[in-house]
Amino acid sequence: MINIYEVAETNKMVEKENLDVRTITLGISLLDCIDSDIKVLNDKIYNKITSYARDLVKVGEDISTEFGIPIVNKRISVTPIALIGGAACKSTDDFVSIALTLDKAAKAVGVNFIGGYSALVAKGMTPAEEMLIRSIPDALASTDRIMSSVNLGSTKTGINMDAVRLMGDVIKETAEKTKEKDSLGCTKLVVLCNAPDDNPFMAGAFHGVTEADAIINVGVSGPGVVKYALEQVRGESFEVLCETIKKTAFKVTRVGQIVAKEASKRLGIPFGIVDLSLAPTPAVGDSVADILCEMGLEHAGAPGTTAALALLNDQVKKGGVMASSYVGGLSGAFIPVSEDQGMIDAVNAGALTIEKLEAMTCVCSVGLDMIAIPGDTPNTTISGIIADELAIGMINQKTTAVRVIPVIGKGVGDNVEFGGLLGHAPIMPVNGFDCSDFVNRGGRIPAPIHSFKN
Amino acid sequence: MKKTIITVVGMDTVGIIAKVCTYLADNGINILDISQTIVQGWFNMMMITDMSGANKAFGDISAELTALGEEIGVQIKCQSEDIFSAMHRI
Repeated sequence: MINIYEVAETNKMVEKENLDVRTITLGISLLDCIDSDIKVLNDKIYNKITSYARDLVKVGEDISTEFGIPIVNKRISVTPIALIGGAACKSTDDFVSIALTLDKAAKAVGVNFIGGYSALVAKGMTPAEEMLIRSIPDALASTDRIMSSVNLGSTKTGINMDAVRLMGDVIKETAEKTKEKDSLGCTKLVVLCNAPDDNPFMAGAFHGVTEADAIINVGVSGPGVVKYALEQVRGESFEVLCETIKKTAFKVTRVGQIVAKEASKRLGIPFGIVDLSLAPTPAVGDSVADILCEMGLEHAGAPGTTAALALLNDQVKKGGVMASSYVGGLSGAFIPVSEDQGMIDAVNAGALTIEKLEAMTCVCSVGLDMIAIPGDTPNTTISGIIADELAIGMINQKTTAVRVIPVIGKGVGDNVEFGGLLGHAPIMPVNGFDCSDFVNRGGRIPAPIHSFKN
Repeated sequence: MKKTIITVVGMDTVGIIAKVCTYLADNGINILDISQTIVQGWFNMMMITDMSGANKAFGDISAELTALGEEIGVQIKCQSEDIFSAMHRI
């Protein structure tokens, strides 16, 4: 039988160490909504989302009350809209009309974000996919809850450099179109390599075509819990350090597993995966950077940071894998800058640069995330940053991503405030040397040799 | 039977258990087990209960217990046992 100490431990994790379920994300396939008439298509999309997700928020809140664990976000991901709108959309405005429909549906069911305004163009772009990509700035400027992602490469296909070049322009245009809000649109736009089909976390969530009609994916979090556990083993060896992270990750993931199962049962929708990520928030004590410091670094970014992050990421996976029957998504430590107070402090102290962050992405689950850069950064430089990050993903057979925010009208030394979970950030300097002749070449980078496994 | 764990934490004072138990009895909730300690003047109690005969919905009971806790100056939480079993039992 459960004893008083175990109960107290769990409740302390929730009350003092910010343990929470970060998101229940309901994936919905829109493939059966496809129609050549844009109005019919929009109606079908609205009706399907609002009927499948009708009880999502209420069920999330009920589970939260009964288990005494916060479930911070209730979200939806849908099939990449480039596939769904291809038959009906004759212009970028048609695609934007779908974005408005998704936004309306998200508001109707009360979810805070809906992901899947996406295109998967790892090898090539169809006319519809290119049109969707070109519509992203308007779509993000005219909606509140849409999240957009574009997969630009994979280990199997190489990197679509035409699309990488295009995204440099699209990110900048999105920044321009939302410049009154510190280029907020770019916080909702991510480009990826090896994007997973079942990621519950925004902005990269979409419901892949390999998925069932509807599925429940859950993302847990708990950097604060890991940090607290490590405070108890200060000065101990790496063996003790790793064991402690692993055991803690196990406990945290078990919470995600039971919430996912319960949500699946109550909604009558199959359980997909638990994503084992450590996702920080700007709240004090909810920081991945603080875990790195607890391990013995003065600041995130100090020598040793990549090794510390590598072991953290690996132990989180080792502990989490046994705790859940299915794991997936991104599963690892996130290292966003603006969403993590410890990272922000490290940047302000001069300890952390974009180049060091790039090295860190080689060993953790995502990539250059929520990094504010000067608004006058050339489009081609943004494309160059993207190409570097995707190359890391392609060669290392892992997911990598770029979510940078060129803040129009601001430069190094300024600060930017996005609000809420998106946090705030100092503008980080970008390497000023030119790469335009490289990214303007056109075509694609071939798949690496180790992708040929047949 | 789904069990519910009720925890009461706060400064020790006269009648905490009496008030909580009276509420549970009035609402048809059966107590299966009680453990309680006092650490440095702090009262810490856990009850394992069966709410299958309760005459109110879980959410209402939880909210009323929280309110009762505020009245007597302690924090009362009411949670499904499943969350603890998931975390502490393989």
